[in-house]
Amino acid sequence: MKTFKTLITSAALALGLAATSAAADTTKVGFIYVGPIGDGGWTYEHDKGRLAIEDHFGDAVETVYQESVSEGADAERAITQMALQGADLIFTTSFGYMDPTINVAAKFPDVKFEHATGYKSADNVSNYSARFYEGRAVQGHIAGKMTESNFIGYIASYPIPEVIRGINSAYLHAKAVNPDVEFRIIWVYTWFDPQKEADAANALIEQGADVVLQHTDSTAPQAAAEAAGDVITFGQASDMAEYGPFPRVSSIIDNWAPYYIARTQAVVDGTWETVQTWDGIDTGMVEIGEITDAVPADVKAEALAMVEAMRTREYHPFTGPINKQDGSAWLAEGDVADDGTLLGMDFYVEGLTGDIPN
Amino acid sequence: MDLSSINPALLFASLLVASTPILLAALGELVVERAGVLNLGVEGMMITGAICGFVIAVNTENPALGFIAATLGGAALSLVFAALTQLALANQVASGLALTLFGLGLSSLMGQGYVGIKPPPTPKIDFGLLSDLPFIGPILFSHDLIVYLGLALVAAIWAALKYTRIGLILRAVGENHDAAHALGYKVVRVRVAAILFGGACAGLGGAYISLVRVPQWTDGMTAGTGWIALALVVFASWKAGRVLIGAWLFGGITVLQLNLQAAGVAIPVEYLNMSPYVIAILVLVIMSADKTRAPASLGRIFHASD
Repeated sequence: MKTFKTLITSAALALGLAATSAAADTTKVGFIYVGPIGDGGWTYEHDKGRLAIEDHFGDAVETVYQESVSEGADAERAITQMALQGADLIFTTSFGYMDPTINVAAKFPDVKFEHATGYKSADNVSNYSARFYEGRAVQGHIAGKMTESNFIGYIASYPIPEVIRGINSAYLHAKAVNPDVEFRIIWVYTWFDPQKEADAANALIEQGADVVLQHTDSTAPQAAAEAAGDVITFGQASDMAEYGPFPRVSSIIDNWAPYYIARTQAVVDGTWETVQTWDGIDTGMVEIGEITDAVPADVKAEALAMVEAMRTREYHPFTGPINKQDGSAWLAEGDVADDGTLLGMDFYVEGLTGDIPN
Repeated sequence: MDLSSINPALLFASLLVASTPILLAALGELVVERAGVLNLGVEGMMITGAICGFVIAVNTENPALGFIAATLGGAALSLVFAALTQLALANQVASGLALTLFGLGLSSLMGQGYVGIKPPPTPKIDFGLLSDLPFIGPILFSHDLIVYLGLALVAAIWAALKYTRIGLILRAVGENHDAAHALGYKVVRVRVAAILFGGACAGLGGAYISLVRVPQWTDGMTAGTGWIALALVVFASWKAGRVLIGAWLFGGITVLQLNLQAAGVAIPVEYLNMSPYVIAILVLVIMSADKTRAPASLGRIFHASD
């Protein structure tokens, strides 16, 4: 029995050594996903970025991923496991992985970590995010122009700065073209739950919303809007083109591939450093999906002009005068919001009703 | 705050639709547990049913065939569990958890190529004039067959367990499998049949999500419904009527709280989001104060030699 055990142990050791030596040649890049890769939205786009790495580097880089990792304690386990498996670079792709990522990174100083949409960093932890609020501005403009009931529904996930920024940006630009517009916000406390997202969309539609914006990851609200027949929607995180040209009239697309390839290259070259990346339409990290013909031609032209102005950085979606919800002044005429305030945004702008949950 | 924007008739109608998947899955699990088997694979069987139903409905353009395929798919997956626990005498908890993981993976594999496709619409039953009745019409007479099937199943399972010989045998097997065996009942056969029934119900509930409620295919789309159904069976003290109450409470409050948010009611969102779980559990726990208990042989392995 003892010899058998020794045999097994040495075999396992040999295998382990073989795996380590193989890993020395290839760079291993890991991804932690909050939803399934087939969600058609957020995780789907991150996984497209992963596939782009495989395409770009071929055999020189190996990628691994784990999907549907819940935010919180289980995330720490999943990230640790990936680091133990020999990943050199790990992308953790949801806000709720922020503290788990920082904790695991402290234990694996030689592994590089990249956390999406958060704000904490370390010597081996970078942040990256996209300025989705630029896309929200375009959505708000189209929504404000096209709504007839003046009731715009918004399916929000968690009360974090990224989501609040999106609500504020969409509202400001809808209000700018339609002073009577009203936003009703449902917090569903999930990134991905098609049934709950469908229920939320239906609740909004039954109460009279004719535009439904979503900050959740599945296409369920699109299907609900399609069934209703006279409600418009926008693709979230991914193009969701299968619901075009109506109800989906445009979309925000997250294009992570160039960033993922650049960061992987940095690890391969040994030049990786902690960075804070927050890119928008200008670098192509945020793309606006095709605006369909369901949108009137003049509205479409205005929307495209706005996209162009943001691409050339002439226009910032948060340009004063803007007041906070309580009426106090936030930005004076012509002032532009600084990134620090935007990254920590925890207030509604003037005109939005209801409270932000804690 | 504007409560007038909530239409109570539409709300009740949504309640019936929202509670159907949980109701079907929980009813199936109730029968399984009354036979003394704990199958934690409900989530896996649901999602397998969801994709089987979706694939067949899309390819045949016939939702009815899709629902039939879903029951078969769910039952087929439960057969794996039956083989493991009833023939190989494996641990039921571990086998059930494995079944969920297997079902999630299998459905994801089967669903490749079905993302973004729209299923054929499931027709609502035509009740003629009845559907036009004010208030009652939209609530009671505006649904598809599966909603009514779920309600009929509640009555059927309740009556079968209480009044029929089959129900008596099933309960005997669940309460004391050694005694049932001594009386000459085929314990393993009864349990396998119950497991298959549970799988079929879970599959049907899953297909209701992918073909009616959402309706589309997305990986992992059941998103925990199977686990809620499992909890519901326990809190409902293994009684069909209470499962219905629990499913309605859970589905109804879920829909209601979303509607309250949309109407801008000034209740903190955190409480609203908790409410379906808290209220459904609270009500059922209070109701279960009447000394009902789990089937005595629940989760125990049976072998004729013991």
